[in-house]
Amino acid sequence: MSVLLFTLLVFTGSFGAGLLGALTGLGGGVVLVPLLTVVFHVDIRYAIGASLISVIATSSGAAAAYVREGFSSIRIGMFLEMATTVGAICGAFLATHMPTRALTIIFGLVLLYSAWLSWQQSRHPESTGGAGSPWWDRLRLSGSYPTETGEELAYKVDRIAAGFATMFGAGTLSGLLGIGSGAVKVLAMDQVMRIPFKVSTTTSNFMIGVTAAASAGIYLHRGYVDPGLAFPVMLGVLAGSLLGARLLVRARVSLLRIIFTIVILAMGVEMILNGMRGRI
Amino acid sequence: MNRRVTSTVRVASTFNDRRMEIVMGRLLQIGVLLASTVVLAGGILYLRGHPGSAVDYRVFIGEPAGLRSPVALLRLLVAGDPTALIEVGVLLLIATPIARVVFAVVAFALERDRLYVAVSLTVLAVLLASLFYSA
Repeated sequence: MSVLLFTLLVFTGSFGAGLLGALTGLGGGVVLVPLLTVVFHVDIRYAIGASLISVIATSSGAAAAYVREGFSSIRIGMFLEMATTVGAICGAFLATHMPTRALTIIFGLVLLYSAWLSWQQSRHPESTGGAGSPWWDRLRLSGSYPTETGEELAYKVDRIAAGFATMFGAGTLSGLLGIGSGAVKVLAMDQVMRIPFKVSTTTSNFMIGVTAAASAGIYLHRGYVDPGLAFPVMLGVLAGSLLGARLLVRARVSLLRIIFTIVILAMGVEMILNGMRGRI
Repeated sequence: MNRRVTSTVRVASTFNDRRMEIVMGRLLQIGVLLASTVVLAGGILYLRGHPGSAVDYRVFIGEPAGLRSPVALLRLLVAGDPTALIEVGVLLLIATPIARVVFAVVAFALERDRLYVAVSLTVLAVLLASLFYSA
């Protein structure tokens, strides 16, 4: 395939991944890596390198919009970033020492899990803050956010140690697979620490960029970031996700979610099979 | 800022946090815009350089040493290599969230919040260690 055609096709595919990722809230990386490896036959190490770069771009590009809503908490984010960045470095080291077949299988499993999460999300109970752990006051993690009626709703943060550990896992996954792992970050905040859902999702977006930056340096040193691939992937995913964020208000998300779930389910199965057969 | 702060210090501090986040959002947006422009410019030059040659990412060989360290990158850039320009854009992009953490250190210092200055510095140290540690 010629450089020009390859670049155009990868750009289009990345645009689609970014668009779907933004519309469903699962992020672009989770479809991007399988797209590059399964469809374009890119080595998984180049794929995760390019994906990680696009993750930083989308997270930072969406930041201003998220800030305007006033839900995110800089303190919770910064505190938990201590766990995610160290996790990301561990993940990147694991990635450079692990056989690509194992990486492919792990990625496939993460896809299956994401499909399951995406399926579950419609029946998600809203958490409105925990009972508060004895540490929350000392760590100044409690906060408040504006509700639809305009009043400030205060919340406390629960089970900080468990949340911190889950965040370390989220960081490791991000560094290992070149994804944002926003779903695990939201899980840690929303389900474990009982932080309100809107605060969790917006704060997670900020954390994704910082977490990805921690493993990007290692990827760069190891030669995982190819300029010819990173260029269409980064710009494609960024453009797609920015458009997706604008369309989000009008789109029929429920139908899209079903399509997306089927797509990642199929790609997950394909990656696991490829990994087991050694065809990657 | 003529809003009356009625209750405790916590109200005042969350208000400052809010301003901090607005500046951070802008900072990130500018960083991404800058990085994207550089990557796009490098990408167009790269495509004009060899649009017809074949491409193959099936086999991982790793990037040439010149694209792995900032000093060698600068040398390639001066030589007019478009892939080096893309890589500079990528470095700008990686620097964007790091700049946000640097800003948080300063902002928390202005809020006189020692605990969170320490937290932000820890995150910054981890980020810098990962960038400058070359295995």
